[in-house]
Amino acid sequence: MKRSMILLTSLLVLLLAVALCGCAGDKSGNGSTITVGIPQDIEDSLDPHLAVAAGTREVLFNIYEGLVKPNSNGELVPALASEYSVDAEGKTYTFTLRKGVKFHDGEPVTVQDVVASIERCADTSNGEPLVAAFSNIAGIEAADDSTVVITLKEADTEFISYMTTAILEAKYIADPTSDPVGTGPYMFVSRSPQENIVLKSFKDYWGEKAYIENVTFKIISNPDTIVMNLEGGSIDMFPRVTTAQAAQLSDKFNIEEGTMNLVQALYLNNAVKPFDDVRVRQALCYAIDPQEIMDYAFDGIGSEIGSSMFPSFGKYFMPELNDVYNQDIDKAKGLLAEAGYPDGFEFTIKVPSNYTQHVDTAQVLKEEFKKIGVTADIELIEWNSWLSDVYSGREYEATVIGVDASSLTPSALLSRFQSEAGNNFVNFNSAEYDAAYAAAVASTDDAKQTEYFKQCEEILAKEAANVYIQDPAELVAISNKYTGYEFYPLYAQDISKIRIADK
Amino acid sequence: MTGVIKKTISSLLTVLVVSCLVFLAFSIIPGDPAVAKLGTQATPEKLDALRESMGLNKPLFVRFISWIGGVIKGDFGTSYSYSMPVASLIKGKLPVTIILTLYSFVLMILLSVFAAIYAARREGRVLDKIIQIITQVIMSVPPFFGGILITLIFGLGLHLFAPGGYISYDVNMPKFLGYMFWPALAIALPKGAMAFSLLYTGLVTEKKKDYARTAYSRGNSTGDVFYKHLLKNACIPVVTFFGMALADMIAGSIVIEQVFGIPGLGRILLTSIQNRDYPVVEAIIVCIAVLVIVSNLLVDILYRVIDPRTADSDK
Repeated sequence: MKRSMILLTSLLVLLLAVALCGCAGDKSGNGSTITVGIPQDIEDSLDPHLAVAAGTREVLFNIYEGLVKPNSNGELVPALASEYSVDAEGKTYTFTLRKGVKFHDGEPVTVQDVVASIERCADTSNGEPLVAAFSNIAGIEAADDSTVVITLKEADTEFISYMTTAILEAKYIADPTSDPVGTGPYMFVSRSPQENIVLKSFKDYWGEKAYIENVTFKIISNPDTIVMNLEGGSIDMFPRVTTAQAAQLSDKFNIEEGTMNLVQALYLNNAVKPFDDVRVRQALCYAIDPQEIMDYAFDGIGSEIGSSMFPSFGKYFMPELNDVYNQDIDKAKGLLAEAGYPDGFEFTIKVPSNYTQHVDTAQVLKEEFKKIGVTADIELIEWNSWLSDVYSGREYEATVIGVDASSLTPSALLSRFQSEAGNNFVNFNSAEYDAAYAAAVASTDDAKQTEYFKQCEEILAKEAANVYIQDPAELVAISNKYTGYEFYPLYAQDISKIRIADK
Repeated sequence: MTGVIKKTISSLLTVLVVSCLVFLAFSIIPGDPAVAKLGTQATPEKLDALRESMGLNKPLFVRFISWIGGVIKGDFGTSYSYSMPVASLIKGKLPVTIILTLYSFVLMILLSVFAAIYAARREGRVLDKIIQIITQVIMSVPPFFGGILITLIFGLGLHLFAPGGYISYDVNMPKFLGYMFWPALAIALPKGAMAFSLLYTGLVTEKKKDYARTAYSRGNSTGDVFYKHLLKNACIPVVTFFGMALADMIAGSIVIEQVFGIPGLGRILLTSIQNRDYPVVEAIIVCIAVLVIVSNLLVDILYRVIDPRTADSDK
């Protein structure tokens, strides 16, 4: 009796479990859902003003909007402001609010909301303002019910690109995280740490409404399971798969190819020996071949770069700088001998272990440096240690990393190389560069400014500030049930453009 | 009774020591939560302001004492990286880990008991040999590798479940249990195989004893003899193993969560260590310590039920 009871119950448990498993993968019948895999949780904050991680910004892009927002070509287009004008001096910006725009909770967007949001980001009571460029704001006022006027202390031609700052509802401004309300094409539904973020399309969106109704960002923290998750159907899309993962996927998936919008380089600490000698830095540049790195570590794809600028920046990108240093082993050895290192030297490359692409790149670099007698030791360190030791502490010799642009302005990439810049983690020091950069920022004429920025790029290349490699290719795996994925020159996953493919 | 009190006190001390060690460990390893949170946007001023608001510029000792004080009042503090109370963060994840552990534990017992009795009844026959070989193989497969194999065979091959198709227990309980069967199996198999060996040896030894022959001669069927008489005696050494296995499974579930994409305590723990979010790490470590202690306590009690002599020797 007892025996049969145990047997029965256990069998029941087993069968029930197995039977139920079969339907676990089912998706609800209406096709308007998409599950997007993301590699990390939006860890820092749901507060768009405080969010700093690129992985967080690309999710929040769907929820929040500023007075202007970038489109997929990288141009700023009016969003919550229907139009704006700048006076001749370049100091007064007048924004006209778009009519009939609503927050996700149904409240209309008012000038008070705009003023409160900008003021929050310009607040200096915690030392620095949340948006550094806002320290230039002299005053902000609501001229009438639909006009906001911002005056600057000094003319800044790039100011408009910071107007992408999210506009929040004034009544939630003290703590927007508990109830994240924005104006974007998707509204926040729920969040479970390390599990998912759920969004729903916003019915009253002012612009082109989203096609897909329910969006789940699912956190896939273990990269080894990405392919299994895609094939098994638990996610429909994953941005930034590796070439190896892309090759494993079946034809149920399309691979969209874009660029990561990163300046991937072997960053050298210009202040430590032997990298304080420009000849040594140039020797390293002559020793490497970006194409070889792409061939070995990236299946041959990627865009070569020769300075701190990547192709998405259009007119600012200078492809001719790719040829400043073409691989030339003899020249490299000659430069090393001149600098007093005829037999080469030994140095350490610190690489954050969570970035496989950078680790792989470092490995190829190591082999390439062997040819000129230089020994590179690779030290894998944790991301947190990289931030504190390499990035903030500047205690390193060399590191492989990709630097991204936080806004679509050339200064986002170039300002850090000013001698005194707080984020000049490579300790680049050039009076010529500082002068060119200052001239670029000060000029109000676009053509002239572009010229100065290009001059900055040239100096970085000639001085061999770093060993520039590439802007890595970004591969997005997306189920062929969907179409319409668009790449942005910034970190953004614009889900509103994705729609169900016609059968 | 005094035994239980003694045990409780020593358990509390264990938790205290463990949490103290975690605090010390965090003061030694490089990096701090402010750096992790601000990332590449960090400036010395911003870091200082954030450290101030996190209370990080107080001495380690003061932080530890105020943390202990909070815990006694039931307040585990606020997570640095999630900006939410640690208690509510863990509350949603703790059931996942507990259910997974219990699920694996039940599976381990069922699998090992049935397999051991099945094999012991057929001692020396071909089926017995085959089961012996299979358990030897299973025993040597670590859970995370077993998990990958299970995903490949049952998930991608036979389509019995969708890899990564985890559904939260508060959304759909049956589907949650359905999905959790596979990670539980991955944890249960190697442990079950070990338990099998112990049980099998026990059963085979007991089977030859006089009382077994008496039971047969009283007219019991083979099944009755095994389940009603032999199993109880063969279990005594195995229960100790079950106890250790249960504690081990809590740790094992942390690993297996990574393979099956389950957002339980393990994943929160790992990311919190990376972010130096030690209010969360401390709370999870304490949770795990308490779970292990409670499971040990349960095994102790179970032991006394099965073998009353243990209780006598306590006096």
